[in-house]
Amino acid sequence: MATAIEVSNISKQFVLRHTRSLKEALVWLLRGRKGDLSQKFYALNDVSLTVEQGESVALLGFNGSGKSTLLKHISGVMTPDSGSVLTRGRVAGLIEVGAGFHHDLTGRDNVYLNGAILGMSEQQIKERFDSIVEFSEIGEFIDTEVKFYSSGMYLRLAFSVAVHTDPEVFLVDEILAVGDEPFQRKCIAKIKELAAEGKTLVVVSHDLNLIPEICERGVLLEKGRVAFDGRVEEAIHMLRAERS
Amino acid sequence: MSTSQQLVRPGVGSGLADTIRARFLLKLLVRKELKVRYRGSVLGLLWSYVKPGVQFIVFYLALGVFLGLNKGTENYAVYLFSGIILINFFTEALGNAARSIVGNGSLIKKIYLPRELFPVASVWVSGVHFFPQLLVLIVACVFSGWHPSLLQLAAAVAGFVVVALLATGLGLFFGAVNVYFRDFENIVDLLLMVVTWASPVLYVWTMVRNTLGAGFFAVYQANPITIAVEIFHYAFWYPTTSGTAELPPQLMTLWLPVGLVVSLIVTVIGQFTFRRLEGRFAQEL
Repeated sequence: MATAIEVSNISKQFVLRHTRSLKEALVWLLRGRKGDLSQKFYALNDVSLTVEQGESVALLGFNGSGKSTLLKHISGVMTPDSGSVLTRGRVAGLIEVGAGFHHDLTGRDNVYLNGAILGMSEQQIKERFDSIVEFSEIGEFIDTEVKFYSSGMYLRLAFSVAVHTDPEVFLVDEILAVGDEPFQRKCIAKIKELAAEGKTLVVVSHDLNLIPEICERGVLLEKGRVAFDGRVEEAIHMLRAERS
Repeated sequence: MSTSQQLVRPGVGSGLADTIRARFLLKLLVRKELKVRYRGSVLGLLWSYVKPGVQFIVFYLALGVFLGLNKGTENYAVYLFSGIILINFFTEALGNAARSIVGNGSLIKKIYLPRELFPVASVWVSGVHFFPQLLVLIVACVFSGWHPSLLQLAAAVAGFVVVALLATGLGLFFGAVNVYFRDFENIVDLLLMVVTWASPVLYVWTMVRNTLGAGFFAVYQANPITIAVEIFHYAFWYPTTSGTAELPPQLMTLWLPVGLVVSLIVTVIGQFTFRRLEGRFAQEL
């Protein structure tokens, strides 16, 4: 097995900047840089993580522990201040489904646009179009503008596009709560199917009952550091112990 | 499984070259903008004709008739319009490109894609809107007895390229810095207001030369937009006149290359700044 994701000693500082205006920055410079224009904190602090191909890993932790930030580093949306991230093959995120949707376009246009944003070629989208529509259960509404969709329909279509992108590495951030229960089950079944196919999965979820169904390995993050890396049941146990 | 693939650093693009590689996505982004622009409007794309049309009538009445500029300039209407459409293209392209990164922030924060696509798509959209205006100009030219040479047509294409490059370069630059300081939106607006008057669109270049003298005129002339506007005059307006008007000296031999070089330099600087800043887009937006 080859390494799919290699995160070595990455740190990321976030700036809590209060100003967005040139004037304030200039005044600050003219006053001899007195005081702090901004506050900083570590979102990720010396995090290392190696994921083999075909593994499914859950990132666990409380809000603000750096899970989503870590996913953004793996997807390339963010780059680390220090350390390095390496990935093999195409990485696609099921991160906030529907980010690339536009309300004034039809479902069909959105499938093409979002598919292309997620890295599919024109040919791939054409081939998978029927499958995408079928999975989403949108049916004849595919040529309706997305703004007239119910929120469930919207998310279903978005999820459907995302799972059809067929990358080597899937990043899944809190999307298991999509749509009504039957559709949720369908989504989870699809994700399990992807894992069984040997895709690499990195999952962020607060649904602690669901996670062991999908992942074997759990990584517990605490204030931007890796607190535990091992079997998912143990990680969940630790997280629950912390909370109580 | 594809173990043959190498481990690579995610989120590192290859700049403007990515927009060629991702041209399908670029096409979709441009089409989206075009569809969304005139959504729910009855006239639709016709607005692209109406707006410059009204602008032209206003300028023509105010400057040509009331200020009497059309007495001094043969076919002043064609003269005016050939400059205006180029300025319109530039204004729209740069204005939208400068806002494109912040405007697409929700996407840039969540999914990695070559971010150069957004400013470049803005320039393309403006290019699409430029065409109906060009068509109107050509019709007007034909009615005024237009007989261009091949050289003049080629020059027009080159002039357009100069402006498109300049808009791309400045769009990359301002699009990127606007993420950090939203003041730059206003700076761009200011710049665009000046641009209309800093080139011989409404007046004639000889007026500037006579006022400024040769030294300062060279500075004025080094503006790529000025060069492109003069080239448009040379390609569209000049062949409709009796040919007695004075053209800027060395327009094709000296100034066109200067315009191309300046625009290229601006594009390189824009690309460089963009790449320096794009790493932190996701957290700053």
